[in-house]
Amino acid sequence: MSGKTLYDKLWDAHLVRQQDDGSSLIYIDRQLLHEVTSPQAFEGLRLAGRKPWRLDANLATPDHNVPTTRTEREIGVEGIEDPISKIQVQTLDDNCDEFGITEFKMKDIRQGIVHVVGPEQGATLPGMTLVCGDSHTSTHGAFGALAHGIGTSEVEHVLATQCLVTKKMKNMLVRVDGQLAPGVTGKDVVLAVIGEIGTAGGTGYAVEFGGEAIRSLSMEGRMTICNMAIEAGARAGMVAVDQITIDYVKGRPFAPQGEQWEQAVAYWKTLHSDDDAEFERVVVVDGAAIKPQVTWGTSPEMVLPVDASVPDPAQEADPVRRQGIERALQYMGLSANQPITSIQLDRVFIGSCTNSRIEDLREAAAVVKGRKVAASLKQALVVPGSGLVKQQAEAEGLDKVFIEAGLEWREPGCSMCLAMNADKLGSGEHCASTSNRNFEGRQGFGGRTHLVSPGMAAAAAIAGHFVDVRELMAS
Amino acid sequence: MRKFEQHQGIVAPLDRANVDTDMIIPKQFLKSIKRTGFGPNLFDELRYLDEGQPDQDCSQRPKNPDFVLNQARYEGASVLLARENFGCGSSREHAPWALDDFGIRVVIAPSFAEIFFNNCFKNGLLPIVLDETVVDQLFREVAASEGYQLAIDLEKRVVVTPAGDRFEFSVDDFRRHCLLNGLDDIGLTLQHADDIKTYEQRRAAVTPWLFPAAH
Ligand code: SF4
Repeated sequence: MSGKTLYDKLWDAHLVRQQDDGSSLIYIDRQLLHEVTSPQAFEGLRLAGRKPWRLDANLATPDHNVPTTRTEREIGVEGIEDPISKIQVQTLDDNCDEFGITEFKMKDIRQGIVHVVGPEQGATLPGMTLVCGDSHTSTHGAFGALAHGIGTSEVEHVLATQCLVTKKMKNMLVRVDGQLAPGVTGKDVVLAVIGEIGTAGGTGYAVEFGGEAIRSLSMEGRMTICNMAIEAGARAGMVAVDQITIDYVKGRPFAPQGEQWEQAVAYWKTLHSDDDAEFERVVVVDGAAIKPQVTWGTSPEMVLPVDASVPDPAQEADPVRRQGIERALQYMGLSANQPITSIQLDRVFIGSCTNSRIEDLREAAAVVKGRKVAASLKQALVVPGSGLVKQQAEAEGLDKVFIEAGLEWREPGCSMCLAMNADKLGSGEHCASTSNRNFEGRQGFGGRTHLVSPGMAAAAAIAGHFVDVRELMAS
Repeated sequence: MRKFEQHQGIVAPLDRANVDTDMIIPKQFLKSIKRTGFGPNLFDELRYLDEGQPDQDCSQRPKNPDFVLNQARYEGASVLLARENFGCGSSREHAPWALDDFGIRVVIAPSFAEIFFNNCFKNGLLPIVLDETVVDQLFREVAASEGYQLAIDLEKRVVVTPAGDRFEFSVDDFRRHCLLNGLDDIGLTLQHADDIKTYEQRRAAVTPWLFPAAH
């Protein structure tokens, strides 16, 4: 018999019950909650007269709707100008208070994007099953955890039962060999992988990212990669536990301590795929060949290296794909064969659960330091992922670097990643964004999103158009 | 949950791949704390020419005449025909809520994104995977005849065309059972509360740090 994959191990450890009809009951160790996908779940509990199964497994924070300007933020929930957003954030506060769930409220320094907050607090641990009503929950798989997004009905189900009814996924390994070139980051790796396997390439799979390039990445780089597993269609992405994982977790507020720490570490060290484990699909990528990536279209798979040119639909044989390219070019206001570097930008957004951690901010700050944002730009925003990331960045003086270069330094939240708050694109505007989705209208009605790494976004802010970040690093 | 046994209805063809949940229901409508009322904003950016706002009266907004759901021949459609990877992107359950509120009962596509697929079953909506060639055929037939309807039988797991072509589809037994009987799966899971407690005890002995309150 062949060995087990990391996913097999996590699955087996959480199997409560195998049902006759082929579905399984899986135990959930941690649920993260935010204001957008939880109100109807709490309402469902109330209507059915149910209580949460376990309070200590839940952790909440508002992120999607919160304003990022200091004036609005200082007042707290009352300061949210949009009345509908205010109700939603207030509803999360009320629900958490009513049911007794720990919440980092708007004025708490620990507030931030759920997928930044969980790992930062050690609320995300290796070997856990972790869910959240948000598809980018795949982020937490970077810790050797089984983590994926769920819908609101399932949020209610987990609140009420601490379990999920689900089916086992298939195993896929994405192996990134070799060492990444300087200036090439986790974001470029994951965009290149999505370009290779497509936005549905991972559907039905739990994807483990392995190989030398992944092993060499920091936890933050690994989180960026797992974060976007969902953009390849995979609900869950994961990376095996190693010393880098363990060092990152150590000492965080929710992490085990003392004797339990030793016990946990011993267990965590078993969380990797066995040498003889079998994967239904293996994709091998040459990490050393990856260049900085830029998306040109309206799906994350529409991605190319920065030195390439926008595709020509006339060259595409498949009619559905050709139509897709034509539609994307039209929406994006681009012409066939136009070099990526000729795309002029209106705004730059550095933030989101993909790239708003301290290393991302350092990477961007290093590029803009001593330079000025292009005069043609309407706005360049830097939105840290949490209050603690913001505090750390300020302690390092990064806020000053950004402000001096002409970027805006904001309060933590999802912000322009999905533009539910006031930060959004105008119709027809091009944005270099470190977020994860370039769908039509995602960052604002008619807005045109190009996904890039923090360094690439910073370089684009300086140049006013796309440019290979490595050119700015060299000079 | 509403039961789903059989359904017959007008088919609306949405001829594009990778329809994402942002497209199905844009973010500004996710601020609602309710499960209902999303129908007027289903496919908001495709359906209207202006930018929609929450709590707005949509009846006065300028409609995009090219969009399929605005065309008279598809009025009252309850079956949506789409291309591959339907429902990708965000996990928002507001997407099936919006489809449901609009009156869609069945979505047929060659493939679906998983979270969306799963969310449909929780809301009495049936997503059906049919072979790409079959989907192609259905697109052709819809285009050719106005008022084209499909009949769906979940018990028999079959889609029947007006000409009498029968296309079988597969669906998990558990999901089919819940949908046919309109069952609330929280209630079903709680029937196994003892199994859950046994698991917790067993697990707390191996990974005590995951059960802080038990100590
Ligand atoms: S930052 Fe963007 S992708 Fe991440 S949780 Fe917030 S809205 Fe979702």
